[in-house]
Order: sequence, then structure tokens, then C-alpha cells
Amino acid sequence: MGKTGIIFKRELAAYFSTPLAYVFIVIFLVMNGIFTFDLGGFFIRGQADLQPFFSFHPWLYLFMIPALAMGLWADERKSGTIELLMTLPIRLRDAVLGKFLAAWVLSGIALLLTFPIWITVNYLGSPDNGVILAAYIGSWLMAGGFLAIGSCMSALTRNAVIAFILTVSICFLFVSSGSPIVLNAFSGWAPQILLDAIATLSFLTHFDAINKGVLDIRDLLFFTAVITAWLLASAIVIEIKKAN
Amino acid sequence: MIEISHITRKFEHFTAVDDLSFTVAEGEVLGFLGPNGAGKSTTMKIITGFLAPSSGSVSIDGHDIASDPIAAKALIGYLPEGAPSYPDMSVLDFLEFIADIRGLTGAHKQQRIEKVIDDVELSSVCHQTIETLSKGFKRRVGLAQAILHDPKVLILDEPTDGLDPNQKHHVRNLIRNLAKDKIVIVSTHILEEVSAVCTRAIIINRGRIVADGAPAELEAQAPVEFMIETQAAPGRLEAFFRSVTEPGAK
Repeated sequence: MGKTGIIFKRELAAYFSTPLAYVFIVIFLVMNGIFTFDLGGFFIRGQADLQPFFSFHPWLYLFMIPALAMGLWADERKSGTIELLMTLPIRLRDAVLGKFLAAWVLSGIALLLTFPIWITVNYLGSPDNGVILAAYIGSWLMAGGFLAIGSCMSALTRNAVIAFILTVSICFLFVSSGSPIVLNAFSGWAPQILLDAIATLSFLTHFDAINKGVLDIRDLLFFTAVITAWLLASAIVIEIKKAN
Repeated sequence: MIEISHITRKFEHFTAVDDLSFTVAEGEVLGFLGPNGAGKSTTMKIITGFLAPSSGSVSIDGHDIASDPIAAKALIGYLPEGAPSYPDMSVLDFLEFIADIRGLTGAHKQQRIEKVIDDVELSSVCHQTIETLSKGFKRRVGLAQAILHDPKVLILDEPTDGLDPNQKHHVRNLIRNLAKDKIVIVSTHILEEVSAVCTRAIIINRGRIVADGAPAELEAQAPVEFMIETQAAPGRLEAFFRSVTEPGAK
């Protein structure tokens, strides 16, 4: 805790002092409802699980998380408060981590508020709640991965809209790198090892594994590594660009 | 004591600060003057550790700003150019946040917050969000966060910009009262302010020091040909300022 905790508290309070947190949560819940019940065929499938709910999360996060992350650093630079923040007696990592954690906890709150669907599925049948718990953890970790990318993109520019677009683009690469669209472009000419490497980087591959209830330490490590790497990159970018 | 030794800051196409060296001792109120773009703000950003110099070093009371930044920054209160603060926070929440970061706790924290609110006259807007405040109030919020932890070193980038004459007068008194055993560096465009509050003035031009001395000394050196409007002290300082910073000045 300490300085990181103080930054975290301020950032989280800032989300809730503007409509941003509420708009994010409401839209997240509405979109989840549409995806799960309408597109996902939650009832028609006749299975007591939350597969249709979780399988849309990568695509939902693709647009929602960048909106949460775009202001992290871009706004600080635009308003000049970065100069205030960086001349306070804190370490850069306190600020990077505190801001990231605040956004991550907000996405966690939104995710927890989907609990009625968990109650629904338990009322209708007897699902494997272990699988559901694993998928919740996986979903939150994936949100963290998106957010860390967003933190870095937000540090690159003082314009939040540009940060949003950059984040969506990079996140799309990470989501889709395991999909046939991307892999087909490489197969045939690229060596198999490169193909595997690209597929391994995909959020989808790792999330699907967790979503099926396989809480493999490697998938957890993958998301932890993604978060760590992008937060480190954020710190480096901030250090280089803060005064521009 | 602040020791600035041979700091240079190069940007892509120009040198903002060029081999600048000076020291400031306790009790001094240093007026930092210069035309726009002379490198005043850049120098202040380097002293406060926001910007790293291309070369040279800054030491705050023996703590090097590059190798021991946390200890050095803890000694400094800084009002950045434009007095940035978080617009969606209330004045009180903002000051609480700064107090927490500065490590103030308990009764001492509350007492300091009340003191600065009183010092810069913010009590009427305490619970308003900062974005709803006028420019003068925003500047005073910036000032309040800078003096909140009763810092040993106070660095103020244009503290009276945007204030009305009464508020300017008030802030100058505040700076004078704070200055007793502190180090204060104030950048300003208002030369009468220098005569009023500073014990020493440094004029920089194109990143270099062109004059350094007590305001009265500098006034005495004002060349006759630059004195047009008035022989009064502020006018003389202005004449001296122009003589060392105008294009073609020696």
C-alpha cells in the first residue's frame, strides 16, 4: 500500500466522481445481457453453464476497456497535472500501479455486478460453480491485460481519443492473433514455430482455456506477464515523454 | 541550500538551458526573471526533478535530485506553471490527497490543511470542485498544495499570474512571511514584484544568466538610454531588464 494506495484511492474516487464509472458499469451490464441472452442463446442451449456469457467478454472488453484506460495518462499530460504528480515524493511505479489498479478494480466491480446471471443459472440448473469461478478470474485477468495495454497507449499521447484508437488496435491484435483470420495469413510460408508463437500470444487461446474450467498456471502466468510487461512499458514511455 | 551546477537542457532543435550554475541559501527569496522562452520554466522543472537535465546536477540540501529524488522532492513545495490540479476533485479532497502523499497524518494533517486554507483564503470554496473555480482561486489552490507540508524549499512558477491586485498583494505578503528560514524561488514577469518581495534577482536570457544581484543593485546599473518612463525603482529595474535581454543587448 503506502503511496500506491493513496494514488489508487484518488483514482478510483475520480472514476466515481464523474459519470464515467456509472456509464461504464451500466453499459457493461447491458451489453453482457444482450450478448448472453440474445446472441449467445443462453436459454436455447439448454445447458446450465455460463459459456455464452464469458465467450463474448474478449470482444466486449475490446471496446469497453480502452474507454476506461484512455484517460489514464493522456489526461494527466493534457491538463499538466503530470507535472504536479511527478514532482511529489513518489516513485513512478507508485503512480503507474495505483492508476492501473484503480481502473482494474472498477472493471472488477462491473464484472461482479453481473452476479444475477450466476444466480439465474444456479436457479435454472446445477452448473459447475468451480468452472464459473475460474472463468470470472480469467475474465478479470484478461481485463487487466487490456488495461495494461491501454495504460501504455495512453502514456504515448496527450489525446485520449488517439489513445482509445491505439488501444483498440493493439488489443485487437492480441485478441485475434490466435484466430484463423490471422493464422491463415501466416500459414503456408511462415515456419510452424512462428505460427505457434503468434497463437500463444492470443488472449483468446488463454481465456478459452480458463473459460472451460482449466485453471492452468501457464494461462494465469500469461496474463500476469502481459500486465507486467505493458505496465513496465508504460513507465518507460512516461519517463521519456512526460515533458514533451 | 540549493546547488545548481552546470545544468544544460537541450531539446531537439534548441538549447533551453545552457550551462546554468547558481546556489540559493536559506532566507533568500530569489526572483527568477527573463523574457518568455528564456528557460525559466525549464530550469524550474529541472530543479524540481520533473525534467532531467541533459547534463549537470541539482542538489537540494545535499540530496541529489537525480539519485535521491524522493528525499529531495519531499523538501520541495512546487507550484508548476499554470497551477495544474485535478478538476473533478473538491478543494478539500485535493488538499487531503496532497497531504496524504506528503505523509502528513492525524491532527497535524488537519491543522496544516486548515492553516493553508486560511493562508490563501480558500474557506469559501472548500467544498467546490476545482473545475468550477475562477482562475484566481485555481492559482491559490495550487499555492495551497505547494505550501501544505511547510516545505523548506518553495518553487513558484508565476504565482501571481491571474490574480487581481488585492490577491497579488496578499500572495506577496504570504511569500515574504514564509521566506524567513526557507529558500524561495519565484519566477515572474512582474518586475515590481521582484522589488517588493525578492532579496535577490537572477535574469536569464536564452538559457544563460545575464544578471545576478540584489534588486537594488541591478536597478542602480540600469543604463540611462533604457530609462524612458520613470526614474522610480520598478521602472529602473525594468530598464535594466530590457538592457540585458532585448535583442542587441550587450
